[in-house]
Amino acid sequence: MKPVLSTQPPCLVITLAVLAVSACATTANNPKDPLESFNRAMFSVNEGIDVVVKPVAKGYDAAAPLPVKVAIGNFFGNIWDVWTAANNLLQGKGQDAVSDVGRVLINTTVGIGGVFDVASEMGMTKHTEDFGQTLGKWGVGDGPYFYWPIIGPRTTRDSFGWLVDTYYDPVWRINDVPLRNSLAATRFIDVRASLLPSDKVVEDAAFDKYSYIRDAYLQHRRNEIYDGTPPRERFDD
Amino acid sequence: MKSFLSLLFGLFLVTTAVLAQDRGPDAMVRQVTEDVLTVVRQDKDIQGGNTRKAMELVESKVLPYFNFQRMTSLAVGRDWRTATPEQKKRLSEEFKTLLVRTYSNALTSYKNQTVNYKPSKLQASDTDVLVKTEIVQPGSKPVQLDYALEKQGDSWKVYDVIVAGVSLVTNYRDTFNQEIRNNGIDGLIQMLVNRNKQLETGKK
Repeated sequence: MKPVLSTQPPCLVITLAVLAVSACATTANNPKDPLESFNRAMFSVNEGIDVVVKPVAKGYDAAAPLPVKVAIGNFFGNIWDVWTAANNLLQGKGQDAVSDVGRVLINTTVGIGGVFDVASEMGMTKHTEDFGQTLGKWGVGDGPYFYWPIIGPRTTRDSFGWLVDTYYDPVWRINDVPLRNSLAATRFIDVRASLLPSDKVVEDAAFDKYSYIRDAYLQHRRNEIYDGTPPRERFDD
Repeated sequence: MKSFLSLLFGLFLVTTAVLAQDRGPDAMVRQVTEDVLTVVRQDKDIQGGNTRKAMELVESKVLPYFNFQRMTSLAVGRDWRTATPEQKKRLSEEFKTLLVRTYSNALTSYKNQTVNYKPSKLQASDTDVLVKTEIVQPGSKPVQLDYALEKQGDSWKVYDVIVAGVSLVTNYRDTFNQEIRNNGIDGLIQMLVNRNKQLETGKK
């Protein structure tokens, strides 16, 4: 499980990746993953990057007391709630959007800049939306699956969604570059640390880590687009 | 994807309910979950990463409420029909071992999470239901954990566990199908046997 985060100027990464894709032969035996050979190469790249990132995340996880980690998670969650509200509005879920705006107002004030999630305590459910989900709700299909350097798995639709997310991401819009970079780096490590417990499970459960993560990602996104209640698939047995 | 942890929990949770026989599937899930959590909350060994002990807990409290043959058939998909009864039995045994080990491991990462049980609209005539729960942990969004159950005679059995929308069972389908295409059902059995051996020896 690589961090699924906005961290890099997207255009360069995507340009590189598109070049690499066109240079790769396709070994398509999974219709959802026609670019598998390219994706597997990028997967190895990320596994290499993670050799450096994971120890940092472990150090953070060990050093920071739980209340600090919770506060950091809440802080970035509160920032993202703004974008969640916008996407709920775009998806026609007005009530959710109003509740999200309320959450931001309460958590930013009573919750002291977002470090306490007071709104959840008050029973205002936290939603998590992004532009890829909005496109999905509008009927845009997955498209071929990609595994990008740094940001990890994305469908084609969600890759575009991610570009839009990053463009509107308040953290990336901060003008003070050192502050912006510190925040982005902290968020990146915080997310990576939150995935540490999953690492071991995936190591044990997966025969082929690449395809296990791919298939889990695709199911997970489908579930998110349907806000947790996707139509149940009937499998023949 | 922080959800895999919670998956583990879910599996475990489902395990326990001796009293749950005559109740509805939602009451059964709740009972088993609470029973397992009660043990984990008091067991320092499990919290400290003792996988073997966690596996014993899962085997005694959770397994009776799972239908592994059905789970395996769902993971295998269409080719299940072509397997002999002996092959089906071995596949189910090995798949069960893998799932129990993986998820017992997840149980050992338990830290103060609590479980919310979502109200379910169940009809008396239902024979196949989804019971929804969520794992709550401070600082992050709750992780959705759903159980698919079917009625067998008077009792309900879990045949799928879905963490954050990811089915633990059908997530194996592509991998299993590929192995069957390449090496047949026996190849798949061997693949599971090898993996289980590897996990067994790789751990204390």
